[in-house]
Amino acid sequence: MRELTYLEAVREAMSQEMRANEDVFVLGEDIGVYGGAFGVTRGMIEEFGPERIRNTPISEAAISGTAVGAALTGMRPIVELQFSDFMTIAMDNMVNQAAKIRYMYGGKGKVPMVLRTPAGSGTGAAAQHSQSLEAWMAHIPGLKVVQPSTAYDAKGLLKAAIDDDNPVIFYEHKLCYPKKSDVPEEAYSIPLGKADIKKQGSDVTIVATAIMVHKSLEAAEELQKEGIEVEVIDPRTLVPLDIETIVQSVKKTGRLVVVHEAVKRGGFGGEIASLIAESEAFDYLDAPIKRLGGKAVPIPYNPELEKAAVPVVADIVTAVKETLNRL
Amino acid sequence: MTQKLKLPPHVKETELKGLYKQMWLIRFFEEKVDEFFAKGMIHGTTHLSVGQEASAVGSIAVLNEQDKITSTHRGHGHCIAKGATVNGMMAELFGRTTGYCKGKGGSMHIADVDKGNLGANGIVGGGFAIAAGAALTSQMKGAGYVVLCFFGDGASNEGSFHEAINLASIWKLPVVFICENNQYGMSGPVREMINIEDIAARAASYGIPGKVVDGNDVFEVMNGVSEAVDRARNGEGPSIVEAKTYRSKGHSKSDAKKYRTREEEKEWLLRDPIKLMAKVLIEEEIFTQQEAEEIKADAKKEVEESVEFAKNSPEPTLDALMEDIYA
Repeated sequence: MRELTYLEAVREAMSQEMRANEDVFVLGEDIGVYGGAFGVTRGMIEEFGPERIRNTPISEAAISGTAVGAALTGMRPIVELQFSDFMTIAMDNMVNQAAKIRYMYGGKGKVPMVLRTPAGSGTGAAAQHSQSLEAWMAHIPGLKVVQPSTAYDAKGLLKAAIDDDNPVIFYEHKLCYPKKSDVPEEAYSIPLGKADIKKQGSDVTIVATAIMVHKSLEAAEELQKEGIEVEVIDPRTLVPLDIETIVQSVKKTGRLVVVHEAVKRGGFGGEIASLIAESEAFDYLDAPIKRLGGKAVPIPYNPELEKAAVPVVADIVTAVKETLNRL
Repeated sequence: MTQKLKLPPHVKETELKGLYKQMWLIRFFEEKVDEFFAKGMIHGTTHLSVGQEASAVGSIAVLNEQDKITSTHRGHGHCIAKGATVNGMMAELFGRTTGYCKGKGGSMHIADVDKGNLGANGIVGGGFAIAAGAALTSQMKGAGYVVLCFFGDGASNEGSFHEAINLASIWKLPVVFICENNQYGMSGPVREMINIEDIAARAASYGIPGKVVDGNDVFEVMNGVSEAVDRARNGEGPSIVEAKTYRSKGHSKSDAKKYRTREEEKEWLLRDPIKLMAKVLIEEEIFTQQEAEEIKADAKKEVEESVEFAKNSPEPTLDALMEDIYA
């Protein structure tokens, strides 16, 4: 099987869906000849033309709202929001319109749209271009929230998101874009709401999202040298959330570390920890649940400060050892 | 025939009685709702469009059945003019299962997507981009329909106004933005909130036509909107039509109207849109005074019956709470 980068996988999923269904189109800033801020749509305008790879003015409210209106009337738009931080400007359309229309209308009408957007720090873009705001969206009934970590997952989850009849927020971590994995050429779908066990283990469960999946796998490798077997679970979608897979893992390992890049305070890790505390897995816990998340600080510009703002591999190693009382 | 009865090509003389009835349906519906709020029989809030019947009926009169509208928080009149039954609307305000939204939307969210009413909106300015998106669907699918986007004077100061109209303009989307300038954004007089005489003048900055019509004269509204609709349907892009009118009632049920004088209200009452329409239709011998009274009585009866329908309709069971969140 050939390898693709995460970025190429996202592009391939969109292209295949657009070939299969003429209702699918992409709109966003600089996605045409320029190819998108990160190059995800590069080359797509040559194949699909400017009608379907639709370059927009810098108008996040108009872009997101237009997608809502187009979706409500029979299209399947994919919005590329240049940075997830700009959700503040698209917020009304996603939270008050897209998420609520079906319910408010008594089940009539649907909004099958995907809003794709790069999230996360690590590129030196500082506080207004580096946030991880997925908990905001996960909080809103009516939205689905996807956070792939690998190229394989990105392709399959994006197809599922485009095929879904609901508004889906699809977070792409910028540091995941160059990561490669085996990706089948044919179109395939990964169901939303199905976690993936990225590494089997028996001593500690780590639940990690986006780039933290990779950091957790690195940590697991280091810990393995000390004989600690870590199980790494990537929920892949926060809404719907496959809590069952996490429950089963915690029942097996008796220990849980949750890792995300988003600020720990009010972050989605708190939700996962709470769900486990409320579940049958609680009785199996041999140590308090540990949450690792970003510090409560805007992402700074200075590279060393930027790294210090979010969990690094060493933090994860330490957290695992703490839960094992091995420090 | 006087100048008054110069009808746009899409409106037949035979339709005028029906349009006159719609005016009364809106008036009686609103008055009934007002009464029930006062009595505490309907909860929540509502925003009545008494005095603004002509802009709703006149605008929608020039549409074809497959054309679409987006509405505002003051949307009852638009719904009725787009063909909604007062039964379904009254039942919605009573929160019953037979309401347009199964009792989950209430006054501000009545929609009838199948019939081209894409929904009222509780967010001021929420409809601009949705209307543009629905128009984009029409353009991309070659569906040929036009979208009317109703908005108020207050909404024209929202960012979404600028963003969506600019987008609609550069893409030549088949949408007409209809400003119902009722002189107040809640308690804010338009003369204090906007430093130009006509909101329609803002069209110039998007390179599209802007036209002011007498919003209490249903014939002037029809003709003004008709020109804009033709333009949209011919692929020439959007327009703004500003209908100058007046909100007879307060902003919502708790409004003591301290921000305006009773003299001002009386002035506008002299130009009641329903009386103006009746006068012209009698002068033009479309109907007699007696027929006018009969039509009025029919409308009144229909609204009275809607109350019975609503009262006799079932309340939703609590199972309905979690239904229709996702498609």
